Amino acid sequence: MSANAVYLVLIAALFSTGVYLVLDRSLTRVLLGVLLISNGVNVLILAVSGPAGGPPIVGVTPFEDMSDPLPQALILTAIVITLGVASFFLALTYRSWVLDSREDVLDDDEDVRVATQQRLEDSDSDVYGQEGTG
Amino acid sequence: MVSVLLPLPVLIPLVGAGVALVLGRRPKAQRLVSLVSLTAVLATAVALLVLVDREGPSSLEVGRWPVGIGISLVADRLSVLMLTVSATVTLGVLVYAVGEGIIDGARGTPVSIFHPTYLVLTAGVSNAFLTGDLFNLYVGFEVLLAASYVLLTLGGTAARVRAGITYVVVSLISSFFFLVGIALVYATTGTLNMAQISVRMAEVPLEVQTVVHLVLLIAFGIKAAIFPLSAWLPDSYPTAAAPVTAVFAGLLTKVGVYAIIRTETLLFTDSSMRTVLLVAAVLTMVVGALGAVAQSDIKRLLSFTLVSHIGYMVFGIALGSQQGVAGALFYVAHHILIQTALFLVVGLVERRAGSTSLYRLGGLAATAPLLSLLFFVPAMNLGGIPPLSGFIGKASLLQAGVQDGGPLAWLGVGAGVLTSLLTLYAVAKVWNRAFWRPADEKPVVPGDTDVVDRLDRAGAHEPDVATAVTIGTPGAADRAAAGATITAAVTTPVADEGDASAPQEGPQPASRAMWGAALGLVSVTLALTVAAGPITRVAATAAENLTRPEVYVVAVLVTGEEQG
Repeated sequence: MSANAVYLVLIAALFSTGVYLVLDRSLTRVLLGVLLISNGVNVLILAVSGPAGGPPIVGVTPFEDMSDPLPQALILTAIVITLGVASFFLALTYRSWVLDSREDVLDDDEDVRVATQQRLEDSDSDVYGQEGTG
Repeated sequence: MVSVLLPLPVLIPLVGAGVALVLGRRPKAQRLVSLVSLTAVLATAVALLVLVDREGPSSLEVGRWPVGIGISLVADRLSVLMLTVSATVTLGVLVYAVGEGIIDGARGTPVSIFHPTYLVLTAGVSNAFLTGDLFNLYVGFEVLLAASYVLLTLGGTAARVRAGITYVVVSLISSFFFLVGIALVYATTGTLNMAQISVRMAEVPLEVQTVVHLVLLIAFGIKAAIFPLSAWLPDSYPTAAAPVTAVFAGLLTKVGVYAIIRTETLLFTDSSMRTVLLVAAVLTMVVGALGAVAQSDIKRLLSFTLVSHIGYMVFGIALGSQQGVAGALFYVAHHILIQTALFLVVGLVERRAGSTSLYRLGGLAATAPLLSLLFFVPAMNLGGIPPLSGFIGKASLLQAGVQDGGPLAWLGVGAGVLTSLLTLYAVAKVWNRAFWRPADEKPVVPGDTDVVDRLDRAGAHEPDVATAVTIGTPGAADRAAAGATITAAVTTPVADEGDASAPQEGPQPASRAMWGAALGLVSVTLALTVAAGPITRVAATAAENLTRPEVYVVAVLVTGEEQG
């Protein structure tokens, strides 16, 4: 089986632009990136499904000329799932906008607090190690 | 018999979810539907466990399509063991959630959405455990993930939306890896039936196998939260509602671990990722435990121990020996139960004291002795204190590592001991601060009169709940379930009285069903210690089957032929 260069270039372009967008902090861009990657994956499934052929209907196309129907079913399923999750993600983004007037990936406050804490200011400091007790 | 029971763990919760959705305006009926569905799933799972353990693996071709065209459902010892443990946990958490819902009513949590979503989550988990088809495994994952997105962001508060966004994006990325893996598997073997893949993968060149193998491992590694793919977990889990965090922590990562076990023992028997997995296991254990030590919030601390203990399971899988896999299986069962129990107890702590921050807690051992005991026992279990089940699991894994004798295996043994100590240190820190320390030493003292006030307000419902619980059957988990069923039938939800103005923060009362669920799950973890013998035997037989993938292959392909 020889690889189709058009598919390969297309997949590479979709993946790379998708990854670039996902790395952004803006949620809309992240969503666009996710959608691009998902399309890249779908094209990949199509690319590995073998050479193109006639519609896989018995009586219409001889068996040898049929294209493989299974990958197309897989792609359909993947598209539907991605659609559902993408709409949920959009709803979350909108919710974030309503709550904070922001649509960025926000920092976890507790994470920042743990990262910047010196030690718990408390009487039983021996539980937390000796640094800074002097 | 097995083939009749096989689709039920998937079908019952799905049908139940539909019914529960229709009954959205009738909370009592909805609770009843959920409880009945999950009890039925648990009964089916136990029946499957007994049957499969006696008769060996069995499979069902859905719709009688021939193998390779249709989807196979397969019950071998591994999948039914996982199914039974997960059914126990989901039922226990549901009882807790029902108890919480009765008190909270509509406040903060739209309960009418909770039940259908929770049942869909259960169906997804069951499907993932039972399927014999790689793409169906993907669908199972997506079903449970989609449900988990909704559960994690239930109520749509700012903190949950923030956590939910990270969680959704990370899960999506891992699903894309999985899809790419599926595409590559289909390209190399021309099938997605796991038994057929297992046979045909042997003829694929080793370099190609390695690539496909790695892609799938990355996908499952994200889901199982293996370092360095674990950063999303402590970030997203702690913000969710207590029962949601409990079931996520117990189950979802273990579905990833289950998929890794299948990948290693069934799909890729030639190409070995031993070294990669061993190194990842060591790093996961140590980094997770160190993260836990640094935390000052109990929920976050437990999330880090969750990541850390995934390392033990990966260690056992990576060893690849029969004893290693058996140890990993026992540890999975132990850890699902223990982690869920701990998160439920922490949910009770949060209700009792109004916080899970170690800055604000104190003196709980004096004011809430039963709660302290409920925390202490599973916490020590998690740390691996003998004779509890955590010790048994860790000991058999370390033994398997010593038997292996390689330098990396010894490194894993060392990391396992170190992690056990660090975990013990982390939970001891929680114990010292939140429970043992005298209440007057803590910086902030929540008003005790406040607690009494709220208890009085909820007091109206106490008699109903009390009579309900005393009618129960013997066995703590059963009793809790029975109690909650009756409770669900007789108690009027607080929502009707309109308590929407009450603040989320601060102490709130806990219902008997919540106590029952937490107590029940802690008892199950103790029962696991007592019943370690039979469970170890099942795990050993399961591992023995796993080291010989032909058992699975024959069960699927030959049974499929007979049916077709």
